[in-house]
Amino acid sequence: MSEVIRVENLKTYFKTIRGTVKAVDGISLHIDEGEIVGLVGESGCGKSVTMLSVMQLINVPPGKIVAGKVIFEGKNILEYPSRGSEMSHIRGAKIAMIFQEPMTSLNPVLTIARQLTETLEIHLKMNPLDARERAIRLLSNVEIPNAKGRIDDYPHQFSGGMRQRVMIAMALSCNPRMVIADEPTTALDVTTQAQLLELMKEQVTAHHTSLILVTHNLGVVARYVERIYVMYAGRVVEASPSSELFARPRHPYTIGLLNSVPRLGETRKKRKLVPITGMPPNLIDMPTTCAFLPRCHHHIPVCEKEPWPILREVGKDHFVSCYANVLEKT
Amino acid sequence: MTTTTEISLGKTAVQYSEGRRILKVFFGRKLAVIGLVIIVLLIITAIAAPWLAPYNPYTTDVAHRLQSPSTQHLLGTDSIGRDILSRVIYGARTSLLVGLGAVGLATLVGQALGLIAGYFGGLVHHIIMRLIDALMAIPMILIAMILASVLGGGIRNVILALAVGMVSGHCRMMCAQVLSVKQNDYILAGRAVGMSNLRLMLSEIMPNAYSPLFIVITIGLGAAILAEASLSYLGIGIPITIPSWGGMVNDGQKYLFTNPIIAFAPGVAIMLTVFGFNMMGDGLRDALDPRLRGVI
Repeated sequence: MSEVIRVENLKTYFKTIRGTVKAVDGISLHIDEGEIVGLVGESGCGKSVTMLSVMQLINVPPGKIVAGKVIFEGKNILEYPSRGSEMSHIRGAKIAMIFQEPMTSLNPVLTIARQLTETLEIHLKMNPLDARERAIRLLSNVEIPNAKGRIDDYPHQFSGGMRQRVMIAMALSCNPRMVIADEPTTALDVTTQAQLLELMKEQVTAHHTSLILVTHNLGVVARYVERIYVMYAGRVVEASPSSELFARPRHPYTIGLLNSVPRLGETRKKRKLVPITGMPPNLIDMPTTCAFLPRCHHHIPVCEKEPWPILREVGKDHFVSCYANVLEKT
Repeated sequence: MTTTTEISLGKTAVQYSEGRRILKVFFGRKLAVIGLVIIVLLIITAIAAPWLAPYNPYTTDVAHRLQSPSTQHLLGTDSIGRDILSRVIYGARTSLLVGLGAVGLATLVGQALGLIAGYFGGLVHHIIMRLIDALMAIPMILIAMILASVLGGGIRNVILALAVGMVSGHCRMMCAQVLSVKQNDYILAGRAVGMSNLRLMLSEIMPNAYSPLFIVITIGLGAAILAEASLSYLGIGIPITIPSWGGMVNDGQKYLFTNPIIAFAPGVAIMLTVFGFNMMGDGLRDALDPRLRGVI
């Protein structure tokens, strides 16, 4: 399968009064055509910033992409000016994005129809009638009942789940090659979450679109994702096919994450949940050694001397950035 | 006696179309309707002035000067024998023209500047807003006076002078609104689907920023008419020959104790017009506020 996008050594820093926050500090990842990839990590580890950097939607200032490449269709799209027309032609048309908060991601003063047709008119140069026709089809594709009757409604007349469906319809409206879903279900209740994830998977498979699912919910990725990147403090610490990651996690952080998630059917007696102790590091003055070291139970003497380890291959498509050769069955 | 309770489940909430909702809210406000009626009457008066006015507002008749109201001259005559009613009617033209012209110009320039300053931020914002601040430091009427006395009288110059005085208010308000609206997720979402700057500004930000600006516009209309009256009263506005309410008040103040009607008639016209615009503005703001949509 061919690659859709490749991010190389991306670094995005934010200048603040107290110092430079290294929100993303050398991320590399790639997504193949039609692949569904998960990006996991705790709050503030740089998941969203990575994705916003790819789209060049970081607020400059205070943010700045200081290094790295994003290769999309053979070109480094970071070279384009963020507000220029090249980026406008990529955003929405080739790479679409679904945001976390469906309640605020739709413009309250425009009808659903207007918001859906706008993209079609910009990117596909459709005339208003055709665009409307297609918008209705898109809405019924995302299973909004009575799409024809609801399309002239305003966002406030839709529930959170329905709005997120509209966002999905919008993201897929121009047949993008890749969809970035930034915690698309975090703001929704659990039953709606499952429906929407199912819908998203179905839709991207049907369109043969790649999908990056950014989330902190391991349950979400376990079910829908083919490959996982685990992020910590602005870097990827482990990358692996998802079945492999759940069966044989190799990074102490991943192991910690998995140990702190309850599993269905397990009682407290059988397995106690183990939290990861300590706090994530301050992104302003990061240690030169492995950032996970203060919280790590598996560290070995070399960890305290050497800088943050680079990713090394430990299995097929399985990469980990750790000196200790941890092997723990979960 | 039957104890059955009737439960009606049939009708869901009535769905209004957007246009009907706006009309419903607007016409539900008594003062707004009164304002609208005043403004409509004013516009009709201005348009139909030649047919409504019983006399030519320019013809002098010194033999019948300073007359009290009578069946011949319903509001009497002024110091050189011109019919006051006719002059008040023709004055509506001047006032409306000045009000709409000045506010229109200020809206166009001020809001465009505010939109650009707010959207692009940074250096652009600083340059535009500091210039506006400088303009704001001088009271509007003073700017208008200075400009009117430099440029000379005449309707066009009065419009220009008042517009310059009002630009800062429109610009500030628009800029502040844009700064807050552009923080919203849907603007980021708009950028994420590849909208151009112009489209984001005009079709995403503007409609969300607009409701307080209606107030600035409608109150501005009243203020502009008032300011025109002040300029004319001070003798640096519209030439005295052209009937204008401010000029008439100025003319009438010499006879305030003997013939108060000369000053009162245009004074009441000014008051009613300003009141009408303000009331209509309040009603419009409530009706057009998109955040009230769904509540009412």
